Amino acid sequence: MPSLVSGPVITTINLIALSVISALGLTVLTGLTGQVSLGQGAFMAVGAYTSMLFMNHLNFSFWLALPLGILAAGLAGMVFGLPSLRIKGFYLAMATLAAQFIIPWSIINIRPDLTGGTSSIQIAPAKFFGLTLTTQAHIYYVIMFFTLVVIYLTRNLARSKIGRAFVAIRDNDLAAEIMGVEIYRYKLLSFFICSLYAGLAGCMFALWVGAVSVDFFTLRESIWYLGMIIVGGLGSVPGTVFGVVFIRVLELVVQWLGPLFAAVFPEYIAGAIKNGASHMIFGLAILVFLIFEPLGLAHRWEIFKHFYRRWPFSY
Amino acid sequence: MLFLQFLTTGILTGGIYALIAVSIVLVYKSTRIFNFAVGELMVLGGLICYSFVVWAELPLWLALLGALTMAVIVGFLVERLVFRPLLGQPILTIIMATLALSSILLGLILMVWTGYTLTFPSGMLPGRTILLGPVVISHELLWAFVITMVALIILGYFFLKTRTGLRMRAISEDHELSMSCGVNITVIFAVTWIIAVILGSLSGLLLGNRLGITASATPLIALKAFPAVIFGGLESIVGAVLGGLAVGVIEALVGGFIDPRIGEISAYILLLLVLVFKPEGLLGEKRKDLSRSCGDPAEHSMTAIKRTSPLSGRPLSGP
Repeated sequence: MPSLVSGPVITTINLIALSVISALGLTVLTGLTGQVSLGQGAFMAVGAYTSMLFMNHLNFSFWLALPLGILAAGLAGMVFGLPSLRIKGFYLAMATLAAQFIIPWSIINIRPDLTGGTSSIQIAPAKFFGLTLTTQAHIYYVIMFFTLVVIYLTRNLARSKIGRAFVAIRDNDLAAEIMGVEIYRYKLLSFFICSLYAGLAGCMFALWVGAVSVDFFTLRESIWYLGMIIVGGLGSVPGTVFGVVFIRVLELVVQWLGPLFAAVFPEYIAGAIKNGASHMIFGLAILVFLIFEPLGLAHRWEIFKHFYRRWPFSY
Repeated sequence: MLFLQFLTTGILTGGIYALIAVSIVLVYKSTRIFNFAVGELMVLGGLICYSFVVWAELPLWLALLGALTMAVIVGFLVERLVFRPLLGQPILTIIMATLALSSILLGLILMVWTGYTLTFPSGMLPGRTILLGPVVISHELLWAFVITMVALIILGYFFLKTRTGLRMRAISEDHELSMSCGVNITVIFAVTWIIAVILGSLSGLLLGNRLGITASATPLIALKAFPAVIFGGLESIVGAVLGGLAVGVIEALVGGFIDPRIGEISAYILLLLVLVFKPEGLLGEKRKDLSRSCGDPAEHSMTAIKRTSPLSGRPLSGP
């Protein structure tokens, strides 16, 4: 793949691939278990910053710091998932929203000498058997490897005992409890898995940029991860991938369309139009999409598969 | 004495949070939608008022009236163009639509008013800073607080004494049941959105008058209303008011006495504690109803409407 396309395209593909990892975490949590999280970005930040701390201050290699970062994110997710025993729905969304404020605040304020406060901190590029992974093409293979592993794991998870317990909790937690599913344990497990993925995605993000900064992991990002899985179709792995690709590509397209749209207008208002147009087109595209395809891309994908399977004889 | 000063400032600021919180609760109660676009709606309202005052140079009362009229129009358009086509869809899809709406409004705001901080002319509100013993009360904050309280009292009167208010209370109890009693649910939803946008606009212009409005930063202030909503209880309007005041007071006290940086997130720490120890909030309903009304993402909102269109009685074309 990197031999076929040029630099910027690979950069975009890398971003999409690592977003898929994070979004799949939310697919497990929201799609399968039915718990809403607005803190995905914050848990990514925990992963990225933990591995940064181990690499920069304790001289760990990237491959050693990676599992530690993932684990730290998983534990952070579990802590903020603790209220899920008593609350659900929007209340839980609010608890994770608190994570989205408290975690970046801690990164900025508690030990700014270690974490760099608001400014970004460089990390050393990872090495792989003597080869230093510096270019986007190198990183592509790393990110793609992890993305495929995560896709494979998630698909299998949905079919396993754990996955069925998750779905039971989503559909009716009371009935699930009566049938012997330990709700609290599985909810926490779901938060843990979701945040593990987020931690992995955060580390990949750090590798992708070559630095960490709290500005990468904003509330807006977290909310749009939720947006990606809704656009894709809840609880579906291919849907998640479609959703991430849809939103990320749409973001690029509107950045390209905005100035083009602004060029139509006279000089003195073009600047303002250019600022606003991309946001506006982005929102409009999502809205139109939701109105015409409220069940997400996965639904359309199923319809397409059925059509294709039966093709010449569609009755 | 410092304590009294922080307490007063906190209560007066909390009034604005309370307005935003009531706007969120109102929409949530009657439509079960959690409105993420509230920050942008707030900014839009503030900026419209700014345009009337600064660009059109209207007197204040006319500008206020104009801004409220515009809020009615915006609320109507939002309901008609965004939420009515999505009636009966899964609740997460509708929440997604509020996100899309926030992006559209942000684009609109950036286009018309650019991204720079706009400040209202000082001395727009009559009066001077009041010295009450050792406590300093800014007259702008006092005006904001008075306007907030008047708005909330009018809202309370509307809810308790008018027929439309009665209908709104009815659909917040049960959509299906109120429809069978002859409540036109789409009209009530439209009214709900219009009132919510009016409250949001009002808080936007009060906040803008005090701090100035920046398209990128001001919507984040609306997020302070979320802890207020949870603290007061998602189902209760009085709770939302108390929650807003409490968040304002706690922020001012913690920020003033302990550390201004902790003040920033004190509201969220409070939120976490409330969620762990008393999840239904001060005045919210208990767990039994809570689980029903919060629901899971797979649950369809407005089940009644899903089956038949309230206007014609024929089934809505589903996907």
